[in-house]
Amino acid sequence: MHSDALIALLPFLMMTATAVAAMLAIAIRRNFALVNGLVGGGIVLSLLSLAPASHRAPVQVTELLRMDDYALFFIALLLLAGLAVLGLCHDYFKEREGQNEELPILLGTALLGGSVLAASSHFASLFLGLETLSISLFTLIGYPVEQRRSLEAAVKYLILSGTSSAFMLMGIAFLYAESGELSFGGLGRFIASEPAMNAVMVSGVVLIVAGLGFKLSLAPFHLWTPDVYEGAPAPVTAFIATVSKGAVFALLLRLFVETGGYGFAPLRPVLSLIAVLSILAGNLLALLQTNVKRLLAYSSIAHMGYLLVAFIAGAAIAKPLVAESVTFYLAAYFITTLGAFGVVSMLSSAQLEAADMALFRGLFWRRPYLAGTFTLMLLSLAGIPLTAGFIGKFYVFTSGADGGFWGLLTAIIVGSGLGIFYYLRIILAMAMEVEKIEPESEEKFVGLQSAVTLVVLSLLLVWFGVFPGDLIPYIHALAGSFGK
Amino acid sequence: MMLSALIAVLFFGGIAAWMSEQRNPNAPRWFALATLALEALLAGWLFAGIPAAEMAVPATASSWLAEVNLLWISRFGIGFHLAADGLSLLLIALTVLLGLMAVASSWTEIDKRTGFFYFNLLTCLAGTVGVFLSADLFLFFLCWEAMIVPMYFLIAIWGHENRTYAAIKFAVFTQVSSLVMLVAIIVLALAHYRSGGALTFDYVALLHTKLDSNLGYWLMLGFFIAFAVKLPAVPFHTWLPDAHTQAPTGGSVILAGILLKTGAYGLLRFVIPLFPEAAHRFAPIAIALGAASMLYTAATAFAQSDFKRLVAYTSISHMGFILPGAFSGNLLAMQGAVVTMIAHGLSAGALFMIAGFLQNRLHSREFGEMGGLWTAMPQLSALTLFFVMATLGLPGLGNFVGEFLVLAGLFEASPIATAIAALVLILSPVYALIVIQKAYHGPLQNRPVLSDGSFRELAALGLLAAALVWLGLRPQTVLDVSKPALQSVRHTLNARET
Repeated sequence: MHSDALIALLPFLMMTATAVAAMLAIAIRRNFALVNGLVGGGIVLSLLSLAPASHRAPVQVTELLRMDDYALFFIALLLLAGLAVLGLCHDYFKEREGQNEELPILLGTALLGGSVLAASSHFASLFLGLETLSISLFTLIGYPVEQRRSLEAAVKYLILSGTSSAFMLMGIAFLYAESGELSFGGLGRFIASEPAMNAVMVSGVVLIVAGLGFKLSLAPFHLWTPDVYEGAPAPVTAFIATVSKGAVFALLLRLFVETGGYGFAPLRPVLSLIAVLSILAGNLLALLQTNVKRLLAYSSIAHMGYLLVAFIAGAAIAKPLVAESVTFYLAAYFITTLGAFGVVSMLSSAQLEAADMALFRGLFWRRPYLAGTFTLMLLSLAGIPLTAGFIGKFYVFTSGADGGFWGLLTAIIVGSGLGIFYYLRIILAMAMEVEKIEPESEEKFVGLQSAVTLVVLSLLLVWFGVFPGDLIPYIHALAGSFGK
Repeated sequence: MMLSALIAVLFFGGIAAWMSEQRNPNAPRWFALATLALEALLAGWLFAGIPAAEMAVPATASSWLAEVNLLWISRFGIGFHLAADGLSLLLIALTVLLGLMAVASSWTEIDKRTGFFYFNLLTCLAGTVGVFLSADLFLFFLCWEAMIVPMYFLIAIWGHENRTYAAIKFAVFTQVSSLVMLVAIIVLALAHYRSGGALTFDYVALLHTKLDSNLGYWLMLGFFIAFAVKLPAVPFHTWLPDAHTQAPTGGSVILAGILLKTGAYGLLRFVIPLFPEAAHRFAPIAIALGAASMLYTAATAFAQSDFKRLVAYTSISHMGFILPGAFSGNLLAMQGAVVTMIAHGLSAGALFMIAGFLQNRLHSREFGEMGGLWTAMPQLSALTLFFVMATLGLPGLGNFVGEFLVLAGLFEASPIATAIAALVLILSPVYALIVIQKAYHGPLQNRPVLSDGSFRELAALGLLAAALVWLGLRPQTVLDVSKPALQSVRHTLNARET
C-alpha cells in the first residue's frame, strides 16, 4: 500500500483513532463534556483530513474501498451530520442520570461504519461498514437502559436489522456462488457478459434489495421505523434518520451504477412498487399520528420513497443527473431532518420526551424561535420553495420527468398533497392559542450547543433554498466524475 | 432594479411590521400602511416613467416596459428575470389598492398577534407581485407557492369558527395543482433542451419551443389545472367558498381581489402564449367550463344563507367570464377579461369588506340574523346597494364594461356559447338583489343600537366605489394599457391557427 492510499484513508484512520482515544480517556476519567469534546475534535480532524484525501481522489484503496469525490462528499456530509448530532447530544444527555460517556464513542464508530459504506466498492467492505454502523446503532437506541420504550426499540431494531443483514448475506452468497466475484466491478463485468440471469442471480439481487430496503425503511420493510424513532432518544433518532439512511443510499447508488444493476429489467417494477408503496404508506399513516416523532418517522418513509423515484429514473437517464439529484436531495434531507429532530431534542427534558403533539400547542407564543425553526424544517419537508427541501424535490421531479416516469411522479404529487396536510397541522398546532398559560414551572431547557446547531441548520436550509447555485456546482462536478 | 424593489419593499416591510410588534402592538398597522404607501409610490413612479405613447404601441412579447434579468441558478439556466408590461402593471396597481383596503379593513378587526398578521399579509402580497412580474418559469413557480403559505396562516390563525378545515383544504388544493404545474414546467424546459435549445426556464426563450402536439396538449393541461384551481372554475372551485367564508376580512379581500386574479393572469400570460396550438384545440372546453362556472355558481349563490359564502359564489361566477374571454382568441374579449379582473377585484373586495363590517357589529354572517339594517345604518346600506349593483352589471360601472366586452368578443367566436353565457345576466340580479332584500329590508330585529359606518370604513369603500365608477365611465385607460400585451398574446394564438 503506497502513501497515496494511506492519505486517502486518513479520514477513516482519524475516526478510528478518535474512538480509541476517547475510550482511553474514559478509562482515566469519566467526564461527559471531555469525551464529547474529544470526539467532536476527532470528527473535525477527520473532516480536515478530507482535504488531502480529495487531492489524491479518485483512488482505489485495495479492492475494498474506492475513495472518489462521491465518497468524499458523502463522508463529509455524514461527519457534519455527526457533529450536529453530537451538539444535540451534549445538551440532551448532560442533565440525565447515568454514565453517558460511551455515547459519543458509539456515535464515532457509527460514523466510521457509515463512511466505509459510502466508499465501499466490494461486498466485504459493504458488510463490514453496515455491521459497524448497525451494532453501534443498537447500543445508541437502547442507551437510556432504564426506559422501557428505548429498550423495546433497541431490541426491535436488533432483531429486524439482524434479519435483514442475514437476508443480505444470503443474497451476497448467491451472487458469489454464480459469479465468483465479490467486488462491484467484477460483478458488473459478469452481469454484462451474461445477458440472461438465472433464478439464483435474481434471488440474490432481490435479497440484497430487501436487506437494503430494511435499512432505508422503505415499505413494505418499514415496520420497525415508527417504534424505533419513537423509542430512541431524540438526537439518536436524528442520527438514524440521517446518517444511517444517507450512507446506505449512497451505497445503493454506487452498487447499482458499478454493477450495472440498472440494466437488470425485472428489478424495475419491483423498485417502482417499493417507491409507490413507501410514498403512499408513509404519507397515509403519517396522517393518523399524534406523536411528532412517529409522524416524522412516517414522513421519512415517504421521503425515502421520493428519493427512490430519482434513483429509479437512473434506468432511463444519464447517471450523473441521478447521482446529482440523489446527492442534493440527501443533503437537503439531512439538514431538514437534523433540524426537525433537533427541535424535538431541545424541547425534551430529562423527565419528558417532547413527542406528543399536545406539547407543541401554542409553541409559537411560548418559544417563538424554536417554533420558527421547526416551521422552517416542516416547510422544507413539505417542499415549499425558498427552502432546500424544495430544490431537492425539484431535482426529483426533473429526474423523473427526464426519464418519463409519469406514474411515479403522480405518486409523488399525491403524496405531497397528503404531506402538506400533516406538516401544516403541526405548524397550526404550534400557532394555536392556548387558553391557560401554564406557569413556567419547567425551566426552559436552553443548551448553547443545540441552539448553535439549530441556527446553523436553519441558515443552511434557507441559504441552499435561495441560492442553491452555491452548492450545485460541487455536486454537479462529483456526479460528473462518479462511476467512471 | 425597480421591479425587484417592488417585491423587496413588501417583504421587508412585512418583517419590519412583525418586529415592531414587540415595541407597540399598534405599530404593525402603521408599518403595513407605510409599506403599502411606499409600494404605491414606487409603482406610480414606474408608471409615470413610461411614456404613454409606448404603452399604446403594439409590442412583441419580448419587449417589456421594464426588466431585470440576473443569472440565478446557472446549472438549470434559471434566471432572476422580472419583467413588466401593461397587464402586469395594471394588476400590480390593483394589488396595491386592495392591499390598502385589506389593511384598512383589518385595522380594528385583528387585535391578536398583529405583527405576524401583517407580516403574512405583506408577504402574501409580495408573492402576488412576484407572480405578476416573473418572466422565468422557475421564479414564477416560486412566487406562486410563496403566496400560499402566508394565506394559509391568515385563514388558519385569524379565521372564523371552521378555519382549520378551510385553511387545509385551501392549501391542499393549491399545492397539488401547483405540483402538477411544476411537472409541466420541468417537462417544457426539458423538451426545449432536447429540441436543441439550451436548458433554460426563461419565459421568452420557452415561448418558441417546438412541441409535439400531443405533448403540448398535456403540458397545457398541467398549467391549466393549476390556474383553473386558482381562478377557480367548476369543478375545481370547492375550496373557495370555505376559504372565503372562514378567512378574516383582510384575507378575504386579498383572496378575492388579488389571488384569484393570479389564475386569470396565468391563463393569459402562460397557457395561451406557451401553447397556442393546444390552447386553440382546448378552447371549446375552456369556454364551456367558463359558462358552466358562471351559471352553476350563480344559481348556487342564490341558495346561500351566509353573506360571505354568497359573495364567494358570485366571485366564482364572475371569474367564469375570464375563461371565455381568454380563450376566444379575440382581442375585445381578452380586454374584457382584463377589465372584469379589475372590476371584480374592486366590487368583490368591497362586498367582503361590508360582510366583515356587518360581522363585527352583528357577530354573524347569517341572513337570518340580519334584516331591516337599512334603517339602522343607512350609509353602509347605500354603499352595499352600490356594490351590489356593480356586481349585477349595472351599466356605468366597471363590471358591466368587462362583461359586455367578453360577450361581444365571444359572439364572434361562438354565438351559441355567448347566448348561454349571457343567461348569467339574468341570474346575477337575482342573487344580487336577494342580498339587499334579506339583509337590509324587512323589519329590524331587536338588538342593541348598531353604529353606522365609521369614517375609516366609509372612506375605504368610497375609494373603491370611485374606482369602479372611473372604470365604468372611462375604461379606455385600462384598455390602452393592456392592449399591447394582449395583442401579442392574440398574435401567437392566431399565428398557429393558420
